[in-house]
Amino acid sequence: MAKELKLMKGNEAIARAMIASGTDGYFGYPITPQSEVMETLMAEKPWETTGMVVLQAESELASINMVYGGAATGKKVATSSSSPGISLMQEGLTYLAGAEIPCVVMNAMRGGPGLGTIQPAQSDYFQSVKGGGHGDYQLYTIAPSSVQEMYDFVFDAWDIAFKYRNPVLILTDGAIGQCMEKCYTRDYVPRWTEEERRAKAPWATWGKPANRQHNIITSLELDSARQEVFNEKLQKKYREMEEHEVRFEALNCDDAEYIFVAYGTSARIAMKSMELARAKGLKVGLLRLITLFPFPKKEIARLAKQAKGMLCVEMSAGQMIEDVKLAAECKIPIEHYGRFGGIIPTPEEVLEAMEQKIIK
Amino acid sequence: MANDIVKPENLVYTKTKVLTDNVMHYCPGCGHGTAHRIIAEVIDEMGIQDKTVGVSPVGCSVMAYNYFDVDFQEAAHGRAPAVATAIKRLNPDLFVFTYQGDGDLAAIGTAETIHAANRGENITMVFINNGIYGMTGGQMAPTTLVGMKSATTPYGRRVDLNGYPLRITELLATLPGTYYVTRQSVHTPANVRKAKAAMRKAFENQKLGKGLSFVEIVSSCNSGWKMTPVQANKWMEENMFPNYPLGDIKVDGKIAEGITADRLVVSNPLTVVK
Repeated sequence: MAKELKLMKGNEAIARAMIASGTDGYFGYPITPQSEVMETLMAEKPWETTGMVVLQAESELASINMVYGGAATGKKVATSSSSPGISLMQEGLTYLAGAEIPCVVMNAMRGGPGLGTIQPAQSDYFQSVKGGGHGDYQLYTIAPSSVQEMYDFVFDAWDIAFKYRNPVLILTDGAIGQCMEKCYTRDYVPRWTEEERRAKAPWATWGKPANRQHNIITSLELDSARQEVFNEKLQKKYREMEEHEVRFEALNCDDAEYIFVAYGTSARIAMKSMELARAKGLKVGLLRLITLFPFPKKEIARLAKQAKGMLCVEMSAGQMIEDVKLAAECKIPIEHYGRFGGIIPTPEEVLEAMEQKIIK
Repeated sequence: MANDIVKPENLVYTKTKVLTDNVMHYCPGCGHGTAHRIIAEVIDEMGIQDKTVGVSPVGCSVMAYNYFDVDFQEAAHGRAPAVATAIKRLNPDLFVFTYQGDGDLAAIGTAETIHAANRGENITMVFINNGIYGMTGGQMAPTTLVGMKSATTPYGRRVDLNGYPLRITELLATLPGTYYVTRQSVHTPANVRKAKAAMRKAFENQKLGKGLSFVEIVSSCNSGWKMTPVQANKWMEENMFPNYPLGDIKVDGKIAEGITADRLVVSNPLTVVK
């Protein structure tokens, strides 16, 4: 498929971007509101065109471990799910991080806790960036706020995953997964050849030739001294991501006295709130976070010296706000406004919250 | 004097090159070392060392990758069949095997085991059944016999409390996705030879693409059973084998000769350890 302008759902964009970005395999399990990812892949039959393998697993436990097995052979392997399924995958994700296996996982968040609701939410922030599984690890976490970004970020995710040998989480929600928007598709990137795979992933288990040691993929190290050294190596990698891979979009922030901080669907609502505020003559800006790990700490610290206050808008009870406050070092008032349980706030109520909690 | 006969032309037995020189951590008397060896010999004899990827479990054999000189992945507890599924699907030219214990394969990983088998994945699964959780200190496994003592059944396994021993190998034989299902042991030279022939078949089958090959090896855990190695082998013959009879259960996609429906549905008496 060449470059085209198409109308598609966010979930469909993820699936089409997987095919177009040379993904080798997808393993998934149905769950609302993201089942269109696997449905699109099965309808497209990429195994007949690019050679991409698609398989419906018996559970999210199986699908994330299929990602582990396939990705550990140095291939580009992905999965997707929604909050309850992502909870089941947490064991697999910590093993993937611990064995340093590049892969891409998409979470179309829905309201919790428990079975919760199938409507959109952003209440998996802690789980995503604070380590939903055990141990000291980080997923590179990137949050699209449009169908176009759902598509584009799959390509970016592969670059990051293999550059750092780390799982990448595309953290979105049911609203962006389900909404239809225009999306520019890209020229296909061919799947890696055997030679490219071996060059990109010399560490992987693709069969031991006589001229190298056997490759072992494991997260086990019983020697505490060695395990500490390994943890230090992981931390160094995460610090490098913080140094080089932070992404955000600052809108109308140059002269802003008051700033919305948000990501994903909330950032789109807040963008409209910002426009309403500007129409009223209020100097309001929006800092849209694109990477949640690495977190845009420096930009928040910089804006905290200039602005009079920030309002964090999240479809949760207030999770991201903790990192915003830490980054701003409590130099200015920072408040939270959120709806949850599957409710998306209106631009008017978000602006009203800014006026009441911050501008006063 | 003895050195006079140490010549290459007199060599009748040597370490296979598919095993590393690492000292195994397994207890003396344990069957893992022999089971590893026959797999390594099969890989060597088939000339597939550069085309084989193994998957180790969580359990005593978690570090099997230290002993096999082939590419290896260590899976999360019970997930080896899912891991192996993807390795094979994405790399159909590789020979892929899992190596799992009873807790890993038949308790926490039951879903992955049954679904990999039912999908007919073209992999080899090696199942070491010693009726106990060896690594964590001898707790009850799904295959622990009725009446058998373990760290969590100190007065013996009770059906009313703990349910029945799971004969997952017979269960898998009933699924259309399995092509070869067999139960072996490695406690005597004769049994080792039979087990190796079964292992060879289970690996050769991957060339056919007709479904999953499953090799159970009933093994002793003399440490966990709190016996000497010799006592453990005798105990295994007297107690484990009646409940887990040796031999082929399904060959070339068909239930083996002599395997009755009665055997598969497990209505024959189970061993009760006194």
